[in-house]
Amino acid sequence: MMTAKDNLFYFIYLHRTGLTVLALSVLLLVWPLLESNPYNLGLSNLIAIYAIVVLGLNLFIGYAGQISLGHAAFFAIGAYGSAIGTTTLGGPAWPVMIVVALAVSLVALAVGLPALKLSGHYLAMATLGFNIVVYSILVQWDHVTGGPSGFSGIPYLSIGSVVFDNEIAFHYLVWTVAMIALLLCLNLVRSGVGRGLAALAEDETAAAALGVDTRRAKVKVFILSAVLASVAGSLFAHCYAFVSPDSFNIFVSVDFVIMVVVGGMGSIWGTLFGTALITLLPEWIEALESYKDIIHGLILVLILLFLPQGLVTGIVDAVRTRIALSHHD
Amino acid sequence: MSGFQDLLQFVFAGVTSGAIYALIALGFCVVHNTIGIVNFAQVDFVSLGGMFLFTGLFWGGLPMALALPGAVAGVTLVGIVVERLGVRPSRSQNHLVLIFLTIGISIILRGIMKLVWGKNRMAVPPLAGEEPLRIAGAAILPQAVAILIITAIAIGLLVIFFRGTRLGLCMRAVASNQTAASVVGIPVGHVKAASFALAGGLGGLAGVLVTPITTLSYDVGVLLGLKGFAAAILGGFGSFPGAVLGGVMLGLLESLSAGYWSSAYKDVAAFVVLLFVLFVRPKGLLGK
Repeated sequence: MMTAKDNLFYFIYLHRTGLTVLALSVLLLVWPLLESNPYNLGLSNLIAIYAIVVLGLNLFIGYAGQISLGHAAFFAIGAYGSAIGTTTLGGPAWPVMIVVALAVSLVALAVGLPALKLSGHYLAMATLGFNIVVYSILVQWDHVTGGPSGFSGIPYLSIGSVVFDNEIAFHYLVWTVAMIALLLCLNLVRSGVGRGLAALAEDETAAAALGVDTRRAKVKVFILSAVLASVAGSLFAHCYAFVSPDSFNIFVSVDFVIMVVVGGMGSIWGTLFGTALITLLPEWIEALESYKDIIHGLILVLILLFLPQGLVTGIVDAVRTRIALSHHD
Repeated sequence: MSGFQDLLQFVFAGVTSGAIYALIALGFCVVHNTIGIVNFAQVDFVSLGGMFLFTGLFWGGLPMALALPGAVAGVTLVGIVVERLGVRPSRSQNHLVLIFLTIGISIILRGIMKLVWGKNRMAVPPLAGEEPLRIAGAAILPQAVAILIITAIAIGLLVIFFRGTRLGLCMRAVASNQTAASVVGIPVGHVKAASFALAGGLGGLAGVLVTPITTLSYDVGVLLGLKGFAAAILGGFGSFPGAVLGGVMLGLLESLSAGYWSSAYKDVAAFVVLLFVLFVRPKGLLGK
């Protein structure tokens, strides 16, 4: 017979994902009341923007088991697409964002279709090369992109009479999009498509034998992740009103991958954690400026050596094992 | 200058940088064949080669004849250390994990180089004189000739190593089938360490040869190294003749597009052609 307490625990366990989403939403809703320093709000907004990219990338790396070292390029096309579309061409911001995202999905199809026929190494090269191409164009095509000095004067987004022109407004804007992306990913990995992807990451041949159209699944998730990166890029451009090529070079792509690995490949919740940690890290170790790269690299190497499933999943697993062992005694 | 002299000049420049890409690509292939991963630390082996040469010449006061082999040996050693401390202790043999590990190691190596040698650009003197040679009207730096000769010798030695020596044959056995190789008593662990050593040596050699032309800084190897990776992919990842062919083709492509189209977009041209080749021949030019 289950007591009321058992029932409550069962309810919490059963609805743990929904409850966590709810708790996070409430926290985000009141966050600007708790934190009024615009600099800190700016940081948490940056986390949201990066999280949108990294959520998509984690689906691709963690669930489809593929390597992309070029997601900063899709992020760049989103940002520069919105910048040029709204400023130079004078288009309305929201439709431009959608058109750019559609264009990015076509670009991702063109890059992904040949590259995803191949094993991971060729894809790593194709995405890396693509990132270098996009970055070179941003720097060299200066009468359109503004060249190395960047592109400024991008208008703020607005809905009706509400203009998103300060850190608090950005907060609600970017975190709303980030939460939508999070829900999308949480639901996707529980759907047939998501289970197919997980099977694919584990063993491609076995997944194919069980009827998963592996190539189609990989291309689909690659496009989804590229579109998310593009939307994040558009938000980035509209929030900062300024973009420059250095926000989109291959090292940024590598940082996105580090965020995935630190949070745990294939862990949706870990993604938020990894993104936050890697975004905030430079702030915490500013005093150690000259050691920044070494610490960054060491964190990545140590996590991969000792907790290859990522910090969150790794620690949770370790604690679970301990508890199970202590019950056994 | 006539059209033919232009062409000759571009071709020579292309083959020279192609030789460097080929050396780096061979380093990528060696590790890929024994462990099955892309070793992104390869790009820093290139910078390290230049750094060690600079240190030997100016801090240690060594003559070039000692500093150059010393630098290559130094990077070889770094290759072994990277394998021993960075890759071998990994609990997971998942390729994704191992590849990301090498990215982490690469970031650490770059951080250390920045700490030791600083961020400034440095100049490394060339092996031979600075007076350009004139061949059929094209001006050619003696360093370029040195690069071609030394690369040719290195590739020749590599062929002998893989066909005639015990360790080389062991490496090929591990590349072909690791389980079978360990069953017949080949020490697979040593072979993997040796492959990192060889990759370090090849990257370091590329670094000591190219830095007199480019200038030296802690991140000089990144773009060069990634082009080496591109060359390896272009030729068919894992194939040694493919790496050399891919390197030379990439070098030619770059210098011809810089000469006849636009030097600002030469990287774009090189990578767009690479993507196109993968589209047509997904396994690279000589890939199986």
